[in-house]
Amino acid sequence: MSAIFKREFKSYFCTPVGYIVVAALYFFLGLYFSMIYSYGSPEIEMVIISMSTVVIFVMPIITMRLMSEDRRQKVDQALLTAPVSLTSIVLGKFFAALAVFAVGFLPTVIFEIIILSKVSVNILSYLYALLGILLLGSALIAIGMFISSTTESSVVSAILTLIVNILVLYMSSFAQMVSVNWIAKIFEKAAFISVFESFGESVFSIPNVIYFLSITAAFLFLCVRSLEKRRWS
Amino acid sequence: MIEVSSLSKRYGTHLAVENVNFSISKGEVIGFLGPNGAGKSTIMNILTGYLSLTQGKVLIDGFDITEYPEEAKKRIGYLPEIPPLYIDMKVREYLNFIYDLKKVKFPKKAHIDEIMKLVQIDSVSNRLIKNLSKGYRQRVGFAQALIGNPDVLILDEPTVGLDPKQIIEIRNLISRLGKNHTIILSSHILSEIQAVCKRVIIINKGRIIADDTPDNLSNQLSKDRSLVARIVCTEEDMLSALSTVKGVKSVVSLGRKEENSFDFLIEPEEGVDLRAAVFERVASRGKTLLSLTSNKVSLEQIFLRLTEAGTYEEARKLLGFNDTEESKEEEK
Repeated sequence: MSAIFKREFKSYFCTPVGYIVVAALYFFLGLYFSMIYSYGSPEIEMVIISMSTVVIFVMPIITMRLMSEDRRQKVDQALLTAPVSLTSIVLGKFFAALAVFAVGFLPTVIFEIIILSKVSVNILSYLYALLGILLLGSALIAIGMFISSTTESSVVSAILTLIVNILVLYMSSFAQMVSVNWIAKIFEKAAFISVFESFGESVFSIPNVIYFLSITAAFLFLCVRSLEKRRWS
Repeated sequence: MIEVSSLSKRYGTHLAVENVNFSISKGEVIGFLGPNGAGKSTIMNILTGYLSLTQGKVLIDGFDITEYPEEAKKRIGYLPEIPPLYIDMKVREYLNFIYDLKKVKFPKKAHIDEIMKLVQIDSVSNRLIKNLSKGYRQRVGFAQALIGNPDVLILDEPTVGLDPKQIIEIRNLISRLGKNHTIILSSHILSEIQAVCKRVIIINKGRIIADDTPDNLSNQLSKDRSLVARIVCTEEDMLSALSTVKGVKSVVSLGRKEENSFDFLIEPEEGVDLRAAVFERVASRGKTLLSLTSNKVSLEQIFLRLTEAGTYEEARKLLGFNDTEESKEEEK
């Protein structure tokens, strides 16, 4: 697993992909931070929470090549005939993508230090928000990875991931269109955006953590199955 | 080392591999021969655990590839038809990655250096794989298979895309590796198989139609054991002299191939070895026998005959197996 993690993480920065992702995140983080700073607000968690729209567009870039490229270049033959399990291949790639995503949020540490040097704030609210964005990131990476594993084309993978990301984040907006009450309720509650925004409210909620973790686990599992299925077709 | 029993692979309704059986003992060098689409790559992909099998059993050094894939895969080095390379990596970087991936225990730098030297890619170790020529890429693929020094090497058309000098180098390398590795090699280049393999498995339409040494195969196909003799003589005299040798069925002159000498095709009666008798007859006439060769079928001819035979039964018949009734019964 560590071999695959190392290679994937490096490969993000051998190509422009990693830099584009990180630069986009840094740019918007900086923008939002300068905005709240000029308003005199010390809430870095609000900076992080407002990143969800950016994340939607950045995520397909992170995950599009993750599985599809191996298959297109036939490198998967080296991975799948090496004495490693499918799970560790998938996990290695997943953590590499998550690491790149996490690097994109490193500046918030500096922001928090700047704020702490001026006023005293509850550092926990910042940490919850950071945990929230990483959990949202893992869930979206897992979904994107699964989509990437179903196709050989990274373009198809990117477009599909973008559509699915928008759907899962903003499901709640479709709730009004559904006439059946309980389905509408599910749409509202399950939308990633409502779960994610609750991390900005400085209340630690275990169900929300479990929600993102189980989505991540489910799609990683599907990704493993999708690799396995390829052996059978 | 490798045991394959009643292996079948089905893609949808298409039966790509049908009831294949063979076993390979340690240190053997085997050639898989067959036209394109015969199922060679499919079998190799199954042996290495890349594809699943529909039916049957594959044992690598006693480990079932479906039940203990990691143990089995540890013992295999695989060079697929298209070398599995990350083209945005440097050669050494890529080999380091494969080394980590295979969890090899040898000292890292020394092991990789040794392999790079062996396949002669040490001069390009710091170049990006995407900038390498096909020949070099193929050799990086070869190096990748050798990492961890696995007992079994499975090489799918290892010399495709190489120039003649490189082909000879790779062949020599395979022969050298064959001394302490079990190697399966696929190719549709016959001379290659003839040059390095002690045993040939001919595959056509997903079935094994022959499994033998190249020599035995050609013997079986040219059962008549005809001889071609080149003799310094006059044509008519020798024709009559040879036709009276005991056991000769017919003698045909093939004409003058060299100055002062004629070639004769001598066909014996069934089961008779004529070589000594022909030599003695020529000598007793005071003539010089320049060469005496058996009218052997080359591997190329075998291959063409067997794969053009169409059905499995026809091909087996050509090899002298009389199993048509048996297999008919099976079908019932």
